[in-house]
Amino acid sequence: MALRKVRSNIDRIFDKSLTDLIRGIRNNKDNESRYIAQCMEEIKQELKQDSIYVKANAIEKLAYILIISEVTFFKKSIFRYLAAAQSFHDETDVLMLTTNLIRKDVNSANMYESGIALGGLSCFVTPDLARDLAADIVNLLACSRPYTRKRAVLLLYKVFLKYPDALRPTFPRLKEKLEDPDPGVQSSAVNVICELARKNPKNYLTLAPVFFKLMTTSSNNWMLIKIIKLFGALVPLEPRLGKKLLEPLTNLINSTSAMSLLYECINTVIAVLISISAGGDHTSSIQLCVQKLGVLIEDSDQNLKYLGLLAMGKILKTHPKAVQAHKDIVLRCLDDKDESIRLRSLDLLYGMVSKKNIVEIVKKLMEHVEAAEGSHYRDELLSRIIGICSWSNYQYITNFEWYISVLVELTKVEGTEHGAKIAEQIQDVTVRVESIRHFSVSQMALLVENAHVLLAGSAQQRSNMCEVLLAAAWICGEYSQHVRNQQNVLESMLKAKPSVMPGHILSVYVQNIGKLYCSLMSQAEEEDDWDQIDSLDNLMLSKLPQFELSEHLEAQERACNLMTIIRIIEQRHQKKEKMGGELQKLYDGELNPVATKAQRKVPVPDGLDLDAWIGDEWVSESEEAEEESDLEEMFGAPITRPKMDIGDMEEDVEEAAEDHKKGNKGKKGKKSGEMSKEEMEERRRQREQEIENNPYYVKGSATAPKRPTRFGNPIERTEAAEKEKEIQSPLEIPGVVGLHRYMEQQDSTLSWKKAKEDSDSIGKKKKKTLKKEKGGGKKKKRRTTSTSSEEEDRVVHKVNRNDGEMPEGAKSTDDEDEKNIPTDEFRALDMDLDAPLRPDEIVKAPQAYTRTYPSQQKPGPLVPRPPTTFEPRPVVEAPKPVKEKKKKTGKTGVAKLKKKKSLPESSASKSNLFNMDDWLEAGSNNGTVPSSESVPKSTLAVEKPAKKTKKSTRKVREAYEETSGVCTPSIPHQRSPIDTDVPTTSSEFTRLAANKTLSVDFVARPNQDPLDHGRVTVTLKVQKLGDAKIQKVELSMVDTLNAKVVKDSDEAILLAEELDATSSEASFDVQVTATNVSRMMRGTVTYFLVDDEGTRDDKLDLRLPLPSVVFVIPNSSIRKDDWSALLASDEVDFVASQSVKTSPDLKLRTVLSQISKKGHFSVVEETPKEAPKAASLFGRTVGGQPICLLVKKTTDGLQIDGKAGDETLIQSIIQDVSEICARV
Amino acid sequence: MIKAILVINNHGKPRLLKFYQHYSEEMQQQIVRETFQLVSKRDDNVCNFLEGGTLIDGNDYRLIYRHYATLYFIFCVDSSESELGILDLIQVFVETLDRCFENVCELDLIFHVDRVHHILGEIVMGGMVLETNMNEILQRIQEQDKIQKQEAGITAAPARAVSAVKNMNISQQLKDIKLPDLPSLSNLKNAF
Repeated sequence: MALRKVRSNIDRIFDKSLTDLIRGIRNNKDNESRYIAQCMEEIKQELKQDSIYVKANAIEKLAYILIISEVTFFKKSIFRYLAAAQSFHDETDVLMLTTNLIRKDVNSANMYESGIALGGLSCFVTPDLARDLAADIVNLLACSRPYTRKRAVLLLYKVFLKYPDALRPTFPRLKEKLEDPDPGVQSSAVNVICELARKNPKNYLTLAPVFFKLMTTSSNNWMLIKIIKLFGALVPLEPRLGKKLLEPLTNLINSTSAMSLLYECINTVIAVLISISAGGDHTSSIQLCVQKLGVLIEDSDQNLKYLGLLAMGKILKTHPKAVQAHKDIVLRCLDDKDESIRLRSLDLLYGMVSKKNIVEIVKKLMEHVEAAEGSHYRDELLSRIIGICSWSNYQYITNFEWYISVLVELTKVEGTEHGAKIAEQIQDVTVRVESIRHFSVSQMALLVENAHVLLAGSAQQRSNMCEVLLAAAWICGEYSQHVRNQQNVLESMLKAKPSVMPGHILSVYVQNIGKLYCSLMSQAEEEDDWDQIDSLDNLMLSKLPQFELSEHLEAQERACNLMTIIRIIEQRHQKKEKMGGELQKLYDGELNPVATKAQRKVPVPDGLDLDAWIGDEWVSESEEAEEESDLEEMFGAPITRPKMDIGDMEEDVEEAAEDHKKGNKGKKGKKSGEMSKEEMEERRRQREQEIENNPYYVKGSATAPKRPTRFGNPIERTEAAEKEKEIQSPLEIPGVVGLHRYMEQQDSTLSWKKAKEDSDSIGKKKKKTLKKEKGGGKKKKRRTTSTSSEEEDRVVHKVNRNDGEMPEGAKSTDDEDEKNIPTDEFRALDMDLDAPLRPDEIVKAPQAYTRTYPSQQKPGPLVPRPPTTFEPRPVVEAPKPVKEKKKKTGKTGVAKLKKKKSLPESSASKSNLFNMDDWLEAGSNNGTVPSSESVPKSTLAVEKPAKKTKKSTRKVREAYEETSGVCTPSIPHQRSPIDTDVPTTSSEFTRLAANKTLSVDFVARPNQDPLDHGRVTVTLKVQKLGDAKIQKVELSMVDTLNAKVVKDSDEAILLAEELDATSSEASFDVQVTATNVSRMMRGTVTYFLVDDEGTRDDKLDLRLPLPSVVFVIPNSSIRKDDWSALLASDEVDFVASQSVKTSPDLKLRTVLSQISKKGHFSVVEETPKEAPKAASLFGRTVGGQPICLLVKKTTDGLQIDGKAGDETLIQSIIQDVSEICARV
Repeated sequence: MIKAILVINNHGKPRLLKFYQHYSEEMQQQIVRETFQLVSKRDDNVCNFLEGGTLIDGNDYRLIYRHYATLYFIFCVDSSESELGILDLIQVFVETLDRCFENVCELDLIFHVDRVHHILGEIVMGGMVLETNMNEILQRIQEQDKIQKQEAGITAAPARAVSAVKNMNISQQLKDIKLPDLPSLSNLKNAF
């Protein structure tokens, strides 16, 4: 058994991996099928194995074989791409072998096959595939099926990401798609450009006018949202754009019923307001936003509430006052059962707080802290409480004793991660607010004395909340004059167990033990109490050595230092020498808050070369310096400590001192720089070796652990976790005032006034005493506060509210704010899209693959579509004003210019830029859509190219008209014989039914909203024929299986309450299940007839025809070459024909005009031109299906042939069209 | 951009995973676990937006989800998508599934994973929204079904025959055939 297992394992070594398989297939070109068959056998064997790995490998191979297999069936192709999309990703390298296969599928005649291929490709496109297939995908943009176009557009985004070189040559084509007739394609293009612009917004500013137009005209909400979001990204770059946007956005906000759109509008308006906050008065817009957001927040829908709060938070940053109106709602949201909403409303609290209500709000938050479940929310609450209170340097706090109590209360919170933050706050407040120190010290002394309570509990909690001890110890030491029972505090500090206490706190402990000792000793010396001095020394000498054993290097270092000092002092004390004065100098001076960035901003002094070699003099340095530099070496890496103002400050000081030392050393080194290079090299090697051998040396890159590794020991941690459950009771330290008790004993003995007096007197004593021992650098930094006792203010607390000290010479500018730097992937796409294309900038046409593109009629190169498509298309955007001016012929101009390509590129792109400015200026002037009026104002520079365009347009047209026999439907101007009036003119109505008293006419129009394809809007016109009074005209339609009237209730449709002399119109929607058949609906119009004989009811039956031509979009157009390409392709492969008998003298033109009016078809071509005998027509259904018609005049009537992609569709269309013809 | 679409049932079992950005298998598993943990502890009457989780490493991302019967439909999107818009999209997706499977339930998603993926492919492509109109989506799906059915007409006949034969379970039936005379034959053999 075991042997068999081993053997099968050995066999597995020889299993083929996927790469082996592919290599094998390529090596066996001649007998590929046999090789694959053999592999399949192997795979079958592998699948029977027990090992999951082997099976997975087998399936991977199977998927590959499926993917490369020559499939003819659609179902398989679905599977193929599903398998590919699931198993491959953009880093799979085997994919490059499938390029041709994918290309074939992408160009497939079956639109679904190509759709599936495009969809699959979007999941696994690689840079290679992107490069090779870019041209194919771009060609698909011209495909006649919106289904394919839409996908090609979306895929382009992925292609750009992987192959940025394609962006510039392809971008004009993409831009064209913004004006695609199909709304789906349009929306896809918007989507892609939005994604592109999000990362590099400045390159897309010039598109603003196009999007602006889309925004004001489109009704597709999905697309509008995208556009509005895009504007949100563009606005910060161009404030003028913001001004222009305000009005349409405000209109949208007022008019739309879609919440999603409303929300996005508000968001963008906020972005606008932020960008233009400098100038102008926009209170009305803000008011509108805030009001609408208020509605959202008050909504019962939690989602809207959430979003409302989110957006409100954005307004808060710039217009805090506006938000305050909703204070009550926001505060109510704090009690919401939904955590997300509570978090969002916490965000808003900053704007709600004032000096008056802060106590109340914080009290409420504290209640939440107690009740909160889940540490995330509790932590968030904690940080918010601290954030609110410390907002702009304690702006809202009047009673700092209260705040200290709050902070002390917060230390009782279990399992929070904000211990360090609380510690930082306590220190900061105590430093900034002198008058609070007495109170603060008394509280902190209690904390220190009860350190064991904080240190108890789980390891997790210990590591966090014990941070407070750091603050407590520091405050007790630094402000030891306020400590009532110094001896007690000192003793409890000395009791700290290095094994339990985290190292960085321990080091602070040691430092402050020194301070307390110093203070106590000086007192004793002053009183000449030698017993006390002796006992103090003994206490220190007996307790301190345990700190020397700490694993934390800094604690160890400090302990050693302090021990040495105390030993020296003790020796002197033996001789009854007083050391107090000397020792005090060590800890002299007072601290000021230092700005967080201060260290970074320290300017490098003149003459200091930080890169200069400083190590060569280390032997000959003085003893002290040697010790220092040794230490420096030993502790090469700065020990990381939790970030906090005060802690930083101390480090700053030390570092500054070191800087100086280095400077000095550097100078000295230069002076006595006689050492030869070899010697230096030798020294360095020696040192490196020493470092290498020294186990205590912390290598440069490594950071020292925050606390001894023993605490990180997993076993201990699990033990602690078990313990956690036992210790659930809140931490109560006897004597600590806490918030509740503080509130109770407001007027306790610890009055701040007394405290202030105390501190003042001490402050005066200490004023202007500078210290020397610890390095010259400190002189510079440690200065007494100038505010300390200068004036007795009436203010309750004298608070140092400035931002903290900055080093002299530091710049105050905030130049290091990090910006949103796009990732590499997107940086590659950062390119100027308006600059003219270089000749070498074309997407490489696909090679090797020989399928001809359907549109390619003429024999030519094998390239699917010649890269003319990638040539610069300067005109698309450039002559915008011109286009606007001749609105009717606008499209003509563009179309023709496209053919001519006569405009020089440079002028085009230049005018493009000017155009943008004009457009924006126009906006700021009157805030309207660019119109012809705004153009004449434009500068000469614009006018020139504009004129040129116009001229060339005219020329082109003349030239064009001379070529006889061709009529391009894209030139509506020339399609003049056919009436393309604005819809809903009276002539469009068709008589539906009539009797003596009234007539009913109708017009049916398809709903072009992409959301409902199968919907027809029917407008009925009722007209009175007789004199009788007609009242309450109602219509009831009989719904069929496939067609239903869309209405809210079952009641009949009221056409008119009372018919007067004129007609009355009413419209309703009919929903049909399929758009490719003609149908008929029955209905009845009922009305009351009031005449001499009285009132009686009457009715009129009608049959409402809904022919399939209804679903043809009016005025759909096609270029002639596209038309012939379409006919040749198999997209329209169903044929139908019918002949109609008409009177022989009927003109074809008349027939055509009827077909285009009633059937919505447009004429592509008429031959011969003068008296046409035949004409081809084109139409597109709402579903996007193209329909081609050919109408020929025969001797006794008309012959109508049609082609479309759907059999039923074309049959019913032909039926309808021939009916139209017959009725002419 | 939509970064990922996850359908997870009430017990944390993934029913549909579609990542529009590459993650390793382990990472995907982790994302599913984490997302489920985030989503499952939320009540039904709270809001449908979530922040957090490692899937959302780029701080720009958020989870938008809906809970239907036994399934969570979770979309992970970045800030370029409208929150409410995506909620509507989830609705469209689920309604489309409902129409395609006629009262969709979790089992449909298990047995027709390929079809669900295909339907999703008609709505979202490469992380971008392709189509939001349900009628259009349904029409396209139906047309493709038709093509598949036509194909099945051509090719499935032999396959069906084979499966019919398989179903007959010939080998078992052969075994079941009673051969009463056999023992006597062997007896005869022994006799000789």
